[in-house]
Amino acid sequence: MKATVIVELKPSVLDPQGKAIQHSLSSLGFAGVEDVRVGKLFRLTLAESEQTGEGIENTIRQMCERLLANTVVENFSYTIEE
Amino acid sequence: MKFGIVILPGSNCDHDAMHVTKDVLGAEAEFLWHKDTDLKGSDCVILPGGFAYGDYLRAGALAKFAPIMEPIRRHAAGGGLVLGICNGFQVLTEVGLLPGALMRNQHLRFLSRDVLLRTEETNTAFTSEMQKGQIMRVPIAHGEGNYFADDATLDDLERNRQVIFRYCDEEGRLTSEANPNGSARNIAGICNRERNVLGLMPHPERCSENILGNSDGLVLFKSIAASFATAR
Repeated sequence: MKATVIVELKPSVLDPQGKAIQHSLSSLGFAGVEDVRVGKLFRLTLAESEQTGEGIENTIRQMCERLLANTVVENFSYTIEE
Repeated sequence: MKFGIVILPGSNCDHDAMHVTKDVLGAEAEFLWHKDTDLKGSDCVILPGGFAYGDYLRAGALAKFAPIMEPIRRHAAGGGLVLGICNGFQVLTEVGLLPGALMRNQHLRFLSRDVLLRTEETNTAFTSEMQKGQIMRVPIAHGEGNYFADDATLDDLERNRQVIFRYCDEEGRLTSEANPNGSARNIAGICNRERNVLGLMPHPERCSENILGNSDGLVLFKSIAASFATAR
């Protein structure tokens, strides 16, 4: 089973890295890039288990809250396949 | 009193902290290995600067699972002193012993230079020998020192007088030019509500001897020792 987790800065938090990339894109000639936000993507491969879909979601949510995201400044979202 | 200096994989200011507390201050001090499960009788635990666990994921994030963190949590909960310097401050926010987070510096560059700090509060064990408004020259060396917390948390910190150090100019003014990394409200160091846990980005242990050209930082270590002399 596979899960994909995306961790991004909260919309209210400034992202200077994203701003720098946005400026670089426009100096490369890519016009019209209004905003860039940088995040992290985690691809998790999970062993098959007896857990229900809800149980797996719960586990992934805990992984995000306890380690993958710092919820002071970041939001997370995830998708589960198979 | 005794200092316990934590060595996490990637700590690199552990020996500086040992030198200052033991050789300069003349206190008892011992290293605490990240796999240790007790604090060897330490009264004040120092989480030193460095790049614990290579700063993987986020600065300080992986340190919360080190075995030594459990007795540190208990020590802090029981009112014991904990000082986090630079990476140690990042660890303390990740562990949840201090509020907020330290983000990438506003201008993205790693900064290694002196800054000026204004002491905001003297009623902590870490600042008892300082004067309110005292300006100290202290070096910084960090890529993620941009202190962030939401407005409600910042207001709460101010209300409870938990902001201990702010970046300032020569006259003690809190200008944006004096703020090296974009920290909210020029915050360089905060303590917890109970005032026994302090985190700061600048390195007082690197400026505690005249032979190094600057001893402004020594008063912080002297304060800790003095508060033990009066408290116990």
